[in-house]
Amino acid sequence: MASAFEYAPAPESRSIVDIAPSYGLFIDGEFTEAADGKVFKTISPSTEEVLSEVAQAGEADVDRAVKAARKAFEKWSALPGSERAKYLFRIARIIQERSRELAVLETLDNGKPIKETRDADLPLVAAHFFYYAGWADKLEYAGFGQRTTNGHSGSNPRPLGVAGQVIPWNFPLLMLAWKIAPALATGNTVVLKPAETTPLSALFFADICRQAGLPKGVVNILPGYGDTGAALVAHPDVNKVAFTGSTAVGKEIARTVAGTEKKLTLELGGKGANIVFDDAPVDQAVEGIVGGIFFNQGQVCCAGSRLLVQESIHDELLDSLKRRLSTLRLGDPLDKNTDIGAINSAEQLARITALAEQGEAEGAERWSPACDIPESGYWFAPTLFTNVTQAHTIARDEIFGPVLSVLTFRTPDEAVAKANNTQYGLSAGIWTEKGSRILAVANKLRAGVVWSNTFNKFDPTSPFGGYKESGFGREGGRHGLEAYLDV
Amino acid sequence: MSDRLSVFKTYKLYVGGKFPRSESGRVYEVQDSKGNWLANAPLSSRKDARDAVVAARKAFGGWSGATAYNRGQVLYRVAEMLEGRRDQFVREVADAEGLSKSKAAAVVDATIDRWVWYAGWTDKIAQVIGGANPVAGPYFNLSSPEPTGVVAVLAPQESSFLGLVSVVAPVIATGNTAIVVASEKAPLPALSLGEVLATSDVPGGVVNVLSGRTAEIAAPLAAHQDVNAIDLAGADDVLAKELEIAAADNLKRVLRPQPVDYFETPGIERMTAFLETKTVWHPTGSLGASGSSY
Repeated sequence: MASAFEYAPAPESRSIVDIAPSYGLFIDGEFTEAADGKVFKTISPSTEEVLSEVAQAGEADVDRAVKAARKAFEKWSALPGSERAKYLFRIARIIQERSRELAVLETLDNGKPIKETRDADLPLVAAHFFYYAGWADKLEYAGFGQRTTNGHSGSNPRPLGVAGQVIPWNFPLLMLAWKIAPALATGNTVVLKPAETTPLSALFFADICRQAGLPKGVVNILPGYGDTGAALVAHPDVNKVAFTGSTAVGKEIARTVAGTEKKLTLELGGKGANIVFDDAPVDQAVEGIVGGIFFNQGQVCCAGSRLLVQESIHDELLDSLKRRLSTLRLGDPLDKNTDIGAINSAEQLARITALAEQGEAEGAERWSPACDIPESGYWFAPTLFTNVTQAHTIARDEIFGPVLSVLTFRTPDEAVAKANNTQYGLSAGIWTEKGSRILAVANKLRAGVVWSNTFNKFDPTSPFGGYKESGFGREGGRHGLEAYLDV
Repeated sequence: MSDRLSVFKTYKLYVGGKFPRSESGRVYEVQDSKGNWLANAPLSSRKDARDAVVAARKAFGGWSGATAYNRGQVLYRVAEMLEGRRDQFVREVADAEGLSKSKAAAVVDATIDRWVWYAGWTDKIAQVIGGANPVAGPYFNLSSPEPTGVVAVLAPQESSFLGLVSVVAPVIATGNTAIVVASEKAPLPALSLGEVLATSDVPGGVVNVLSGRTAEIAAPLAAHQDVNAIDLAGADDVLAKELEIAAADNLKRVLRPQPVDYFETPGIERMTAFLETKTVWHPTGSLGASGSSY
């Protein structure tokens, strides 16, 4: 609908980023072709334009990269922590310097709005390297006590060795930072596999490692598909496996490392409940609900994808929410005024579409604001489902898209019971003005992160991770060091 | 010397605060180190394992919701009860492990002290591993540990009492509830521990003790969808791998078998392995120049 206050287009220039027509694997400090010469294309999900052709790592490449990381481990782990810290500080600074370039790159390759890459992803990426840089020479203060098993009693925390890391496409560079920063700070070396739809920012990171003078082999990047990740996880000379992605793949990885010495951390799916009580400040809650599910097109494991509204304010809240959704702007992710960008891939769009159709078929009521969908690229309008019950598929399965399921409750106990009625346990939100209620409800929620009167806040000092089938281990904060130390 | 005939004890399982026989009606012969008959222990079935999970789940809300101070008091009370039965356990451990009376006494003393050590941890672990996170924004942000839920514990095979307590106490000290599979060869001290727990203040279902074939009982526990974690201390390498694969199905927290000297003071690893970290955020508002923006 046209109004007197239409926005003029405000596109960020893409000239700041120079994408090469092809990229290799990054092994032992060099870009190199895959052993079997395989390549794949990475495209921009908002335009379907081919951005670059990327080498696809196979088993032989995984082996080569693990060997390089193993060789580098000896010197890297022997460096004084204060020296490792300086490399990480350098990386953090270079990321800050190149932050605009990386934000545009990430928006092109992932489809998310520039205002999110610019204001959320990149500042957090740099912050993670800064935070963990400072830990590198302070590990004996990390509070892991003395270890009495495995034959070394009272020793200082030691690195594990080679870390095999597999990351998803929803926050390509941020997930890289979450994985690589603590691994390097603790003295491990890394072989990282970025997702097949978003390999570019990881390859740009390889260049940042070069600029920082990071020793060869400390960081290795292997673009590829699921089979590349599976080969990395299964490699006998990998000492630590870190994975962020789907619960199904997480379970497969847990089976793969069973019976080995490999230490494992998993950050998996979620079906976060955002609980709004009748005394919540409605406008703030609406902002939190919108951020909770439409941030990053809902492609967030800790998204608040189940809205639990106290019955007495259901209609009022839904009216406000729909009004607010009508102001969201979907379209060119490079436009600084865009709120909702493109879905990351055709495959993901098909999954979201199918689940939304199933929601309708099972009798939930579907609503979306009037919204123009661009002709090329992968798009899904922000979508609300009301009249949802706990039995509905859309209330149980992770959709990983801009789809919100609305349920109601009458008492705090019912809210808690419904919030906890899921195989997942990653995140939850509580909206109420009553402090005692926040604390009581937060206490009872089986979730690793509870946001009260806010949502989707992240910080490198703050541990993040799930209960139940949302995985195990924590990333971020002092707790995040444990995954990379023999403690 | 009178020719009075002694009264034997019928060893039973400890599940949900009660002492059932195995629902299967089976028993197996427990021998001392010289091959003499000691007792018939219950040979638990899969059904016994599932019943124990139900009891442990039912007890979880109350036990995890109790104050840490209260849990500490309850655990200390167990140590008091153990001390009172010291002689009984010295006899049982000596028989079970083929130790001299003085060595068995040393084991029992270490075990009781181990229990006291963990009793003191209940209200300290949150302060040691939790805390405030200095986030870069106007938020109150706190991480605190919470129990992961129902934990299956395969007690060590060799150390029938000190090893047993070293793996059970840390699990319940932090608010989890436990299903313990006793040492297959030497289950009697574990079954007697059940009697101690029943006469202390530990609520029924918080610890459930099963005896029998470790592999047979562990399989349904590792595969159970309502078990949140498993300590594989008492599994050999082959069994441990099988169970870890089964445990992946609902992403149970797994503590793999490790070489442990149970006489050494433990670290906190056996507690942290079965804790989740919950991080709670809340806006703080911020003071503006006028001091009025909150």
